[in-house]
Amino acid sequence: MTTIHTHTPARSATTPLSRFLRSREIPVASALVVLVVVTATINPLFLTPQSVKDLLLNATIVIILAIGQALVIITRNVDLSVGSILGLVAFGTGTLFAVYPGIPIILVFLIGMAFGAVLGAVNGLLVTIAKVPALVITLGTLYIYRGLNNAWAGGTQYFAGDRPREFSNLSTDTVFGFPLITLLAIAVVIGVAVVLAYTRAGRDLYAIGSDPEAARLFGIPVARRVLGAFVASGILAGLAAVLYASRFNAVGATTGTGLELDVVAAAVVGGVAIFGGNGTVVGAAIGALLLTTITSALTALRVDKFWQQAIVGVLIIAAISVDRLVSLNRARKLRVSEARNV
Amino acid sequence: MTTPTPAQGSSPVLELRHASKTFGAVVALSDGTVEILPGEIHALVGENGAGKSTLIKILAGVHRPDSGDFRLDGQPVAFSSPADSKAAGISVIYQEPTLFPDLTVAENIFIGRQPRGRGGLISRSAMRAEATKLFATLGVPIDPERIAAGLSIADQQIIEIAKAISLDARVLIMDEPTAALSGIEVERLFGVARSLRDRGAGILFISHRFDEVFGLSDRITVMRDGAFIATHQTGAVTVDAIVREMVGRDISALFPKEDAVIGDPVLSVRGLARTGIFSGISFDVRAGEIVGLAGLVGAGRTEVARAIFGIDRYDAGTVEVNGARLRPHDPQSAIAAGIGLVPEDRRKQGLVMELSVTRNATLTLRNTLARFGLIRAARERALGEDWSRRLQVKTGSPDLPVSTLSGGNQQKIVLAKWLATDPRILIVDEPTRGIDIGTKAEVHRLISDLAGRGIAVLMISSELPEVLGMADRILVMREGRLTATIPRADATAERVMFAATETLECTP
Repeated sequence: MTTIHTHTPARSATTPLSRFLRSREIPVASALVVLVVVTATINPLFLTPQSVKDLLLNATIVIILAIGQALVIITRNVDLSVGSILGLVAFGTGTLFAVYPGIPIILVFLIGMAFGAVLGAVNGLLVTIAKVPALVITLGTLYIYRGLNNAWAGGTQYFAGDRPREFSNLSTDTVFGFPLITLLAIAVVIGVAVVLAYTRAGRDLYAIGSDPEAARLFGIPVARRVLGAFVASGILAGLAAVLYASRFNAVGATTGTGLELDVVAAAVVGGVAIFGGNGTVVGAAIGALLLTTITSALTALRVDKFWQQAIVGVLIIAAISVDRLVSLNRARKLRVSEARNV
Repeated sequence: MTTPTPAQGSSPVLELRHASKTFGAVVALSDGTVEILPGEIHALVGENGAGKSTLIKILAGVHRPDSGDFRLDGQPVAFSSPADSKAAGISVIYQEPTLFPDLTVAENIFIGRQPRGRGGLISRSAMRAEATKLFATLGVPIDPERIAAGLSIADQQIIEIAKAISLDARVLIMDEPTAALSGIEVERLFGVARSLRDRGAGILFISHRFDEVFGLSDRITVMRDGAFIATHQTGAVTVDAIVREMVGRDISALFPKEDAVIGDPVLSVRGLARTGIFSGISFDVRAGEIVGLAGLVGAGRTEVARAIFGIDRYDAGTVEVNGARLRPHDPQSAIAAGIGLVPEDRRKQGLVMELSVTRNATLTLRNTLARFGLIRAARERALGEDWSRRLQVKTGSPDLPVSTLSGGNQQKIVLAKWLATDPRILIVDEPTRGIDIGTKAEVHRLISDLAGRGIAVLMISSELPEVLGMADRILVMREGRLTATIPRADATAERVMFAATETLECTP
């Protein structure tokens, strides 16, 4: 019998540059650059330091939420309750300052994140123990948390005046022109990105999203990891909520309503695959920045409010279509390269 | 009949005695008994539904036995998860590879135990280097940096093996590792298995190919109907004896193709080509004829079948049924023209695993079963039960999901699904892959019977005896091209293998 498998040594077809160019963040990052350049050309006021600062401040909270959402979506789940978690924790923050006016700010952050962690853990436990799809569970907790917020707050609202000046200054102070809280968000992006790319737990999340059954057979602690992703999403929603209380004047029963859709949209536009297993928090953060920038850019270009929302919708569908085309193309290439390898 | 007695001098690394497991009303395992010594290759044989896969899943920590005694190194153990089993040094390669499609090949090998460098972070370069080293040992040119999606089943299997080797397992369990592999790949796998054994690992493997069982194993354990039958020293037993124990009766003919009246061409394929996959594929299949499509795994046989059936696009050529051209890339028109396809990967392509046995068997008949757009449940049930009976499907209830059936019984359901449509052309891709010897004969009888009724059959198979025994005419593919057409009278194993493996340059 003759042997036809004359094996060439494994040669890597992927160089760091080609991998960078094919990464899922490139389309959304390019879209962001094009958008900024075009808008700035038409309306130079768009790039003044003040409006850039406002833009970054507006994006910060969605960026932090999108990071948590990306963690959850990568495991083939979704967390629709983040808007409600943000509302509850933000109102809690207002209450803390109202009841204990001298409370250290760092303690408020810790309490807010711990509160978020508890709410996220409820989601995670329900999803992993009851084995009901996260879409249904977190849709439920979206209403439950919002209901609790309503019951707790009633008509009460806390205003910026109730909170210490240093707390509000967090979202106006800048370092080298960058708002402090935006730098905080960037630090979170980098931290979570490293965890996702370079720790075993982080890689497990991708494995789970890629094939949950195989992950179980392989002995990956699926329930623990998914629970961890929901807790992380809760903690980040808690962090975002405290920052929200610092940035915006009023917190009350309806704070953060509807935010979850912006957050899921940001993650998806940023290249996080809605069926899990793929995507990065850097992408999700860029997605959040892009969506915020579009709103500002369209305002700067005096486009009607209705069209702004429609354009965001088109963008979401475009992102998913591009993603699909890229993966089909990739599948074809892999197939052809394999056929040559035989 | 012998009972397992520890070989002199070494005590078993793994022992399972009298383990039982039931799923609802179905007793999957009534007396699971196996014993693996360090440094032995142990074959586990039995018909489909004999409980082999259940036994393996108990060893792997996927299932917990309802009763029984499970020991490692003489100490009782109770695994509550696959992680426990893996931590104890048991590595399992399942029948269907379980890779993560979005992760790179290297990461698939090392997931959960990636090499760590500075600051406890994963070192990708170390991971890549180790994967490259593993593949060099195995002699396979797989790029560790490519993602696992799109790999052939053979390559996926090799990655599973690389994973098991890198785990340095004390016990390696393989559930039909060779079902999807071609001759060379099987040899390579066996080389690896032997070197692991020589290093002192205990290996348990399931196979339905007796040449492998006898060529590779030191001992053989036979199971039937969920229970242990016997363990033999391989040298002291014959194939016939093993077969008798497996089926509890004698098997007469394995490949009973009966002579059928061969009519006019029904399926005509002309110049079919798909860039990078196959080209210049032309052949006919006549009514009542079984045409075997042989070749190595990866030669493009499945891809041709998928193109004919309209699942994949093709770039050139035509497919005609009874002289009428089929629309490319349109499975509905292929079905309407009377083509049925029994795919290679039944879990992913042939069955809806969560649906019941009845639903799956009647899935292709939805339209004829429906009145005013609603499916009549009583007729659906009657039809499903009829087919289950005709193909002798073993199931607790026709309402159970197909995923609870054994591999062979699942394959029968896939066949039933297409037979129920009364096709004129049936394409069967590896119809007996992973199927035990008794069911195999039933499947062969079924296919032969269909040809006898005037159906044109195109049968893709990697098993030479099956092709030689069943086919009226054998087409051989190599590297995306048809390299030979051999009529039944001239067909020998050597001729087929030669056409499947010789390189184009060597052709005189």
